[in-house]
Amino acid sequence: MRSNYTKVAVAAGMLLLLCLALTPAISQQTPASGQFAPYRPPRMADGHPDLNGIWQAFVSANWDLQDHDAQPGPHPEVMGAYGGGPAGQSVVEGGEIPYKPAALAKKRQNFENRARADVSVDKKWHDIGDPEFKCYMPGVPRATYMPFPFQIVQGSSSYILMAYEFTSSTRIIRMNWKQEAPTPSWMGWSRGHWEGDTLVIEVTGQRAETWFDRAGDYHSEDLRVVERYTPVSPYHLMYEATIEDPQVYTRPWKISFPLYRRMEKNVQLLEYKCVPFTEQILYGPFSKQTGGAR
Amino acid sequence: MKYRMWFSIAVLAAGLAGFSLLAAGQTAKPATQTKAAPKPAPAAKAWTAPKTPWGDPDLQGVWNDATSTPLQRPNGKDKDVLSDDEAAEFAQQLEYQLSRDRRDGGPEVDVNRAYNEHWMDARRLKITEDRRTSLIIDPEDGRIPPTVPLSAEREKARAARQGANARFNAGLPENFRDFSLPVRCIIRTDSPPYLPTIYNNDFQIFQSPGYVVISPEMIHSARIIPLDKRPHLGKNLRQWLGDTRGHWEGNTLVIETTNFRTDDGVIFQNANPETYRIVERFTRVGPTRIDYEFTVSDPTTWTKPWTARIPWNRIDPQEQMYEYGCHEDNYDEIHFLTGARSREKRGETK
Repeated sequence: MRSNYTKVAVAAGMLLLLCLALTPAISQQTPASGQFAPYRPPRMADGHPDLNGIWQAFVSANWDLQDHDAQPGPHPEVMGAYGGGPAGQSVVEGGEIPYKPAALAKKRQNFENRARADVSVDKKWHDIGDPEFKCYMPGVPRATYMPFPFQIVQGSSSYILMAYEFTSSTRIIRMNWKQEAPTPSWMGWSRGHWEGDTLVIEVTGQRAETWFDRAGDYHSEDLRVVERYTPVSPYHLMYEATIEDPQVYTRPWKISFPLYRRMEKNVQLLEYKCVPFTEQILYGPFSKQTGGAR
Repeated sequence: MKYRMWFSIAVLAAGLAGFSLLAAGQTAKPATQTKAAPKPAPAAKAWTAPKTPWGDPDLQGVWNDATSTPLQRPNGKDKDVLSDDEAAEFAQQLEYQLSRDRRDGGPEVDVNRAYNEHWMDARRLKITEDRRTSLIIDPEDGRIPPTVPLSAEREKARAARQGANARFNAGLPENFRDFSLPVRCIIRTDSPPYLPTIYNNDFQIFQSPGYVVISPEMIHSARIIPLDKRPHLGKNLRQWLGDTRGHWEGNTLVIETTNFRTDDGVIFQNANPETYRIVERFTRVGPTRIDYEFTVSDPTTWTKPWTARIPWNRIDPQEQMYEYGCHEDNYDEIHFLTGARSREKRGETK
């Protein structure tokens, strides 16, 4: 009897030790996630992981990076439930974006004016309204979690292309590139390198006018984003972005969520050229008035 | 006068709307020369076309298609390929005509040329290396074939477009619909066929197993070409840039594009989307050159198919492709419209 108990106790103890020993090993290989077994991704000829594919995030961070209730759109009186947004949990590590107090006030103001546009004065062109509302290129990291797929095109050159369905925006990842951004741009200046199986991209030179979501979360021209794409299964990449902007936040902060491989047999990026959806709201007020309906 | 400043943009716009910049002001003239077969030029000796690690011909890189050689053979030129001396003279004439730093046209033209060489791609002042007089290689006369009679509906659409262009050129656009698609930043030179223009003639080609992707600088779209022989999109799904499928024929990438939208200005010279066919071919012919060739046909628009060949020259990798934002800061559109409204208030009508 006693010896049996001993055996069971020893076996249990060994199992426990084994678990303790394995846990850190697993979490090291699959950062920010415990649900994936260790994974060695297929390689390109250069030995780096093959990230090619059409990917999509399935979080509602485009409505709000932080915790949010289900919500009507800005004009339920005309849009009904069509403009509504799903509830969602924060993708921000620790839940909250560490805004400086004055910056938080601006975020709230952004939200109030999110569905407005006024392009009548050049200098105030970008002052109000969510850039998404006006169909502007979304910037990084927002492009990653727009509710649209994107394609990674990785070949044998020193560039990787990321092509996004939303407003056909693209960005070129320059691998091991030294030169700084020559000028600010909407999708920024992306320089990449590999850290083990993780593609790490530093994004600088982003235009100050992009937002992170429809809740008005924003940044300044000093934004620096470091993204990490880690393959964790044939069908998933773990995505992580560290966001730094000393003008707006008290410290760097991080978002993370998985990207899912789109598996439809005939999947391809389609066009979402939304410029024509915005022309009436942007330019309509400057049309010739003919006195009657046109 | 000041409205003419935007002539270059208007011309660029009109290029897509159906009046080729390169062909402006030129009239057809039959030519008598040896037949130019629509075949890529022979590759330089002892050069082997590179392959990607997965075995496809390698087209990756940043390429530029600027040239002064016109799409259509100019009036008075009856040869398809010039001798060295003739070519030097032709190149000089074209450079002179195209240069925006000239000061010999009077104040009004000067204002137009304020949008000067600083903004332009200097490569567009050089003729093609093979000294051709037109980019069109078939038909033999180097010109777009004559059009067939259009349906009443298409004639009406064409007249409406001409009316809109006229209002735009007069500085009196009524609303945003009077602008062409390039001015509206919906499509610009990212729409096939790719033709040389005044600036931003860069294309970056990316490849991955099963795909070739062509990313034109203007506007920032990516033309993603699957090579897995999948069928085209269903016929009820139409796109501004169409839907492209490709395959390799030896070292040549052959792509066909269908499913274009029917909006005015989407297809070159407003050909009929129901009957239009475009096939493009990309052949790496040397370390620094791709021959780009396209054949378009549309029995309800042109009397016969036609083919052009345009060299794409590799550019220094340090000379990067940069983002071409357009809609995001399209101040021009507001300036055009507010200008027109204030002119109306003053009672100006043209």
